[in-house]
Amino acid sequence: MAKRVAIVGTGQTFHKSHRPDVNGQELINEAVQRALADADLTMKDIDAILIGNMDHFEGINYVDCWSVDGCGGVMKPVIKITTGGTTGASLAIGGYHMVGSGMFEKVLIIGWEKNSESDTTGAITTAFDPIWDRQVFAGAISGLAAEAQAYMARFGASDRDGARVSVRDRKHAMNNPHAQLRKEVSLEDVLASPMLADPIHLLDVCPRSDGACAVIMASEDSAEKICPVPDWIWGTSAHNTYSYLGDGDWGRLTSMEQCAKEVFKKAGIKEPRKELDVIEMYQPYSFAGLIWIEDMGIVGHGEAPQFVWDGNTDMGGELPVNPSGGVIACNPIGATGLIRCAEAAMQVMGKAEGRQVPDVKFAVSTGFGGCMWTNMLLHGKRKPN
Amino acid sequence: MSEIFKGIEPMVHNSKISVPYSWWAGDTASKFFISLRDARKIIAPRCGKCGKVFMPPRKVCPTCFTENTDWVDVSDEGTVVSYSVSRRQLEAIPGDKKVPVIWGLIKLDGADTALLHYLDEVDPGSVTIGMRVKAVFAESRTGGIRDISHFKPVK
Amino acid sequence: MDRTAIIGVGMTTIEAEKRRETFADMTWEAVNKALSDAGMTIADIDNVVTTSSDFWDGRTISLMAVGDVSGAAEKNVSCVEGDGTYGAFYANARALSGSYKTTLVTGHSKGSQCVSSLITNAAFDPIYERVLGMDMITASAMQANAYMNRTGVKPEDAALVSVKNHGNALKNPMAQLPMNITVDDVMASEMIADPLRKLDCSPVSDGCCAVIIAHESVATKFKQKPIWIRGLAFCTDSFFFGDRDLARSKALTEAAKKAYAMAGIKDPRKEIDLVELYDAFSYQELLWLEEMGLADYGKAAARLKAGEFNLDGALPVNPSGGLLSGHPVIAAGLYRIAEIVLQLRGDAGAHQVKKAKTGLAHGVNGLCGQSHCVWILDKEK
Ligand SMILES: [Zn+2]
Repeated sequence: MAKRVAIVGTGQTFHKSHRPDVNGQELINEAVQRALADADLTMKDIDAILIGNMDHFEGINYVDCWSVDGCGGVMKPVIKITTGGTTGASLAIGGYHMVGSGMFEKVLIIGWEKNSESDTTGAITTAFDPIWDRQVFAGAISGLAAEAQAYMARFGASDRDGARVSVRDRKHAMNNPHAQLRKEVSLEDVLASPMLADPIHLLDVCPRSDGACAVIMASEDSAEKICPVPDWIWGTSAHNTYSYLGDGDWGRLTSMEQCAKEVFKKAGIKEPRKELDVIEMYQPYSFAGLIWIEDMGIVGHGEAPQFVWDGNTDMGGELPVNPSGGVIACNPIGATGLIRCAEAAMQVMGKAEGRQVPDVKFAVSTGFGGCMWTNMLLHGKRKPN
Repeated sequence: MSEIFKGIEPMVHNSKISVPYSWWAGDTASKFFISLRDARKIIAPRCGKCGKVFMPPRKVCPTCFTENTDWVDVSDEGTVVSYSVSRRQLEAIPGDKKVPVIWGLIKLDGADTALLHYLDEVDPGSVTIGMRVKAVFAESRTGGIRDISHFKPVK
Repeated sequence: MDRTAIIGVGMTTIEAEKRRETFADMTWEAVNKALSDAGMTIADIDNVVTTSSDFWDGRTISLMAVGDVSGAAEKNVSCVEGDGTYGAFYANARALSGSYKTTLVTGHSKGSQCVSSLITNAAFDPIYERVLGMDMITASAMQANAYMNRTGVKPEDAALVSVKNHGNALKNPMAQLPMNITVDDVMASEMIADPLRKLDCSPVSDGCCAVIIAHESVATKFKQKPIWIRGLAFCTDSFFFGDRDLARSKALTEAAKKAYAMAGIKDPRKEIDLVELYDAFSYQELLWLEEMGLADYGKAAARLKAGEFNLDGALPVNPSGGLLSGHPVIAAGLYRIAEIVLQLRGDAGAHQVKKAKTGLAHGVNGLCGQSHCVWILDKEK
């Protein structure tokens, strides 16, 4: 019989632009120790470990094998899941299935990255097809700029609309001690910051960070014993819709739409705008905060700018998005998707402290990466049926 | 193969991933390297719980899963646990090393785990497991594992 | 726990250099072979797990190359980095978790496109070890010395593994290196890293393998006779060689013990009929057999000499020819699973073994067998 699965503990490093005082294993260890402490468990309680990052950011082959000293994996099952930017979310989904299978009672899930150790753009460029796309494409920013341009053309949105999202997330980050960038900015600051790729300004995009995140999942057999209010996983979905850059329906995120439909259907959610209480979205740049909530089905196409301007996604609004400050405030890539998951879990568990949204019953976390791919988890306070 | 590809000679596109890396050694490894560089001394962290002394140095004891608390001096002499002799100039071998290159896994006196390094000043055919060896420090030291040039047999 | 089964397998030939096929082309071939083996179409598959390595593929997000041809565009998908047995382990967990019914798992690699020595050097610690310039071969030589020193096994004894496996490959049309050789031939081949000679080492290879795993509720719905997954486990040892006992493999013993327990196997030597294991180097077949509890420590060589591990022996080991006859890294463990499936179904052709009810497949991650994955498959549920 398949088991229901819940998150019972989370831990994060204090993410920074670079961490010269620790190597990768030692960075991982900080997050793991915090997650164990949060769940009041020791390494002996852990039955398996899932770990992931992006190989070419640190240049370490077989990271699952190399990292065992830091992650506590000596003489335990350790497996690596790597899917690019979605890695952190893919790991969370992996943990869900490993526990759900009944093969492991408690698993430790770790996403990490030391982006300071390499040239992030150079490494990302090698993601694209070596014979076709790689020759003409540089880093992640050009794909995102193409998406923003298409959206603006289709729905008449402006760069001010994007900037509003950045202002929101950077304000939210003030409440999150783990965030790397904690500095409020104004609309004017965003619009006056250097233009990276039309219409994206420097303050519209995420930084690169050193950081790690660890999440502990347990089956229904022990979740409630470990934790008074576990975060139950109601459903997961991962869609890698495209493989070549030219294949995308630019201005829409098809993979987000596929994930949302699937996950909401599983949980019987019909009106996500009303039924969800908070969203932690892997939103690497501001315009995604408009486009992707439309594809998620929160509002109709072209309606996001007004929805965001009206304050609905701010703290205290109808449906707060990224109380943590999101990816714009901090982006250790292999950890980023798992941080979204951990933050959503903390919201459900009531452990989000200064960034807590009141009475969260349902939360969504997402991962983004690859060639416009989306991963999604639905988190809930109530145990799934 | 289908008809439409008849006579097609597949092409090769050569490429190279050249991403520069700067690995932070962190506090623990840096302490070890500074000692090698400035004092020609091999030091190692010890676990406060189980007492194990780790070579190469690391911050956390993998068994107790707690941070190692103190540092101890270990000897520059030790015993070969195993070894490997490369006869082919494999691509990974650094340019200044010519085959035969000998690597040894060396358990230094005072350490509980063994260190990977070069063996030299010895005929590859006469290396044995259990052989006693001593560190030879490099003349110019920059704060890395090759501040030890190699280990040689103890006469 | 629910039960799962393997209901289809597909593999490409293993070759030194597949110039005509990209990663995607190889995967396309293996996937279609697996689907047709199972009597399924891609519409019958409800999720996909690919297995690949960004290092070996020379590409960040290496799964991007094979998503389309695995039919993943409209399905749920994920990617494990490491040996194919680990990808399949995750695929199996997805079938057991109640989320999916039919998982397609693929593993691909093209050793011909990269420099193995540099790729495996990158598995060493970047701060303490990498500049010393070791790689998979020189590391394995270190393990071989430790093992031979402890057991008294001689290089000539290990060479017989190579003779047997290359000989088995003569009967396997998928194998890259079918060869009729003698121990003298192995001992006369180039010394690469003492005591490993060229013919003690697996070759550089290209290949792709695909396997379809089904939940018991649909396992008999399709054309193929299901091969049941009875037990599986994996375990990882310490990273630094100096923390491990290189002459032994604690992690393999643990993984095998768990897999046997899950399968309800009490006496593996009696209950397991054949083995496909990860013989990247000749000595490894001996060491792995011993650590799995299928031979006494230090005694596998004598049993090999007595012919017990031959195709017609008491416990056939690597009837396919093993990795020594073709080693597409990452895919290699998945080939082991697929081979066991063919044997248990009685579909292995010229290299079919006589008694094949319960089989063991084995995969490895990391240097000198730091991590092992063990599968027990059975003809009967
Ligand atoms: Zn200790």
